[in-house]
Amino acid sequence: MTSTVDHLGRPIVAVTGLGVVTSLGVGKAENWAALTAGKSGIHPITRFPTDHLRTTISGMVDFLPSSGKGNSALTEELAAKAAEEAIAQAGLGKDFGGPLFLASPPIEMEWADRFALYSGQEDEEGYARLLTAARSRNDRALFEGSQFGYIADALSARFGTRGLPITLSTACASGATAIQLGVEAIRRGESDRALAIGADGSASAEALIRFSLLSALSTHNEAPEKASRPFSKDRDGFVLAEGGAALVLESLESARARGAKVLGILQGCGERADDFHRTRSKPDGSPAIAAVKAALEDAGLGIDGIDYVNAHGTSTPENDKMEHLSLSTVFGERIKSIPVSSNKSMIGHTLSAAGAVEAVFSFLTMQEGVLPPTINYDHPDPAIDLDVVPNVKRDADVRAILSNSFGFGGQNACLALAREPN
Amino acid sequence: MSARDVVITGIGLVSSLGEGTGQHWQQLTVDQPQPTLDRDRFTPYTVHPLPQLDWGLQIPKRSDQRQMETWQRLGTYAAGLALDDAGIKGDEALCATMDMIVAAGGGERDITVDTSILEKSQSTSDKEVLLNERLTTDLRPTLFLAQLSNLLAGNISIVHKVTGSSRTFMGEEGAGVSAIETAAARIRSGQSTHLLVGASYQTEHPDMLLNYELGGYLHRGDWAPVWDRAKAQGGGIVSGSGGAFLVLESREHAENRGRKIYAKLGRVAAAGAAPDEAQITHMLSELDLSGQHLAISGATGVETITDAERSALVAAGLTPRGFNSLTGHLKEAQFPFAVALAALAVSHGAAPARMASGEAPFSGPLDMAVATSFGYRRYGGVAALSRA
Repeated sequence: MTSTVDHLGRPIVAVTGLGVVTSLGVGKAENWAALTAGKSGIHPITRFPTDHLRTTISGMVDFLPSSGKGNSALTEELAAKAAEEAIAQAGLGKDFGGPLFLASPPIEMEWADRFALYSGQEDEEGYARLLTAARSRNDRALFEGSQFGYIADALSARFGTRGLPITLSTACASGATAIQLGVEAIRRGESDRALAIGADGSASAEALIRFSLLSALSTHNEAPEKASRPFSKDRDGFVLAEGGAALVLESLESARARGAKVLGILQGCGERADDFHRTRSKPDGSPAIAAVKAALEDAGLGIDGIDYVNAHGTSTPENDKMEHLSLSTVFGERIKSIPVSSNKSMIGHTLSAAGAVEAVFSFLTMQEGVLPPTINYDHPDPAIDLDVVPNVKRDADVRAILSNSFGFGGQNACLALAREPN
Repeated sequence: MSARDVVITGIGLVSSLGEGTGQHWQQLTVDQPQPTLDRDRFTPYTVHPLPQLDWGLQIPKRSDQRQMETWQRLGTYAAGLALDDAGIKGDEALCATMDMIVAAGGGERDITVDTSILEKSQSTSDKEVLLNERLTTDLRPTLFLAQLSNLLAGNISIVHKVTGSSRTFMGEEGAGVSAIETAAARIRSGQSTHLLVGASYQTEHPDMLLNYELGGYLHRGDWAPVWDRAKAQGGGIVSGSGGAFLVLESREHAENRGRKIYAKLGRVAAAGAAPDEAQITHMLSELDLSGQHLAISGATGVETITDAERSALVAAGLTPRGFNSLTGHLKEAQFPFAVALAALAVSHGAAPARMASGEAPFSGPLDMAVATSFGYRRYGGVAALSRA
């Protein structure tokens, strides 16, 4: 039996449970089948009218009971569904017994609720009217839906996690940060296990318009499944999407002691903030480069230790260019022989959930020995010389994966994931 | 004493009492401190307004100021005060390796746009199409960035160059508790050597008041001290605008830089769900207190939890000072503010004056103080601060 501490003498962090929901379906089996078949979950928006909108497609999750019932309700259901699957796989019962780290979108009251409040009161104008209506309604569900701490509290009660659950946002890197916080807690010896969840059910009209006004979204509305085109010359933005993923993290020692099946290792985490601009990366890519290097160093891996990169690969002109710059800088010539694919070509950008969703897919990649493709790769960007696993899945023996997450506000978080040490 | 003790070397404070540690300590130690109140702007609600600030002192570029609304400016400002206080501001090497945890809610909405849509919604049959039309046309594109929770941290990176790491915790008062707890745990375990942690809250905005009032939590009518709001109209909260940032370091890191240490941050105990008196008592017992101590309490004024906290504090031999009476409720910034005031008291070796007439006097030596924050709806935490 190999050691249960890593190259720095810290407890090795294993993964013993995985769960996922995306526009491709509920659970690992459905998602993996679609993902390896190169199937897209992107479809026309039906949740709200699309009049006046430049983008009319998305990867919303439209098949759950909470779909269309607001950001807070759907995010909670996505998180709970993923957590159920992960905890069941880990063979743990109702009392999880470790801390919860939830990556979820910032919460705001739904416009439908604002309209309803406003209609119910007639003697005042503007926000004074909303305030008076809110006071007289005193609707607990409406109140809880406006509280940032609510979802994690509900999940904590449901799954029996310990202590004050942490809800976090590092924008599009949130899912990776939730995992990183869990890894750090286990390495500190605070707990034998942690539940890391990323969930995002926040695709409202206002959310879409906000990203659209920043010119971040694809407007390839005519063929939704072809809209997300990471690393292609004609990529024109990301596709807004929803999803949820959960990982049961556990010290390798604890997992082995209770005879749990080890699905993989969270070997390293790296992060670096960018001080250049609110939405753009520093032109030399130095923060993303530093985050990748930090993840490798934390994992005790050299550039030869990574067999595949699960790219952030959003399909925006800026991200894909900068991601290529950072990968080619860190890996040098070797990057040409490392496959790099983007799950977002099929599921779109699940925002706060993305880092967790893509970590789950990365573990499945190692487990199954299959690289999911980058679909819609019909017009390669000549400036991005990468093996993107174009359009069709590929068999490969993968020992370790780098998973990248980059977000607005200069957030860069990278994870190094590996198979169980023999 | 240990090289990995968590010590506080920088404090940045803004509230209706003023800005900086000096102004705050002065205001808190006058005989019978008085709150600064604005009773008119948001009637029937009272708020504790921001003092006059010259944003340019901490955010030199006008272009940066323009990219933010008040919540982000306030946090970036308070973070700058803390970095200045710790002698880290402008030190590129220290900032580039500094970790950061910010507790945040969301930013301010555009009230003019919202109000106009609400008004038009009264005379249209299709509110959803109206929404698309108006938001697409009327929203300022960069306002989104002033609203995103993690963009306070993003602005701190841009303005002050803190780039070691950047994490934003959400969840009202509990986010502030988790931020301090996680920051301390990272330093104690060697995962970080120096870290910026804190929050800001801007309440002078109707949308911010609405989040409380959906649950009926705001106090109405005549102002009353935080301990005496049970019989008044409303839910007990008088909110305030303010911010609190701390620089935490390992003792070794601070001493190698030759910095003044305000206080040592000891054990932090946190609770999920909605803690009751027994749980608060248990959390206080985890701090290993002995003897009579001061408690800087972030009690909200919401009856049940405020009464439970007060009873638990008194039973544990603690003398509470409820700073909400003077600053108002600062939401995510509540716990960082409590820790900051407790550290100031420890470093001065003196207690602040009574913040309301019902509070007991505190006499005797002050080499330790407790900071608390229990949320109006959920979560809570306590921490022990002691002489360095």
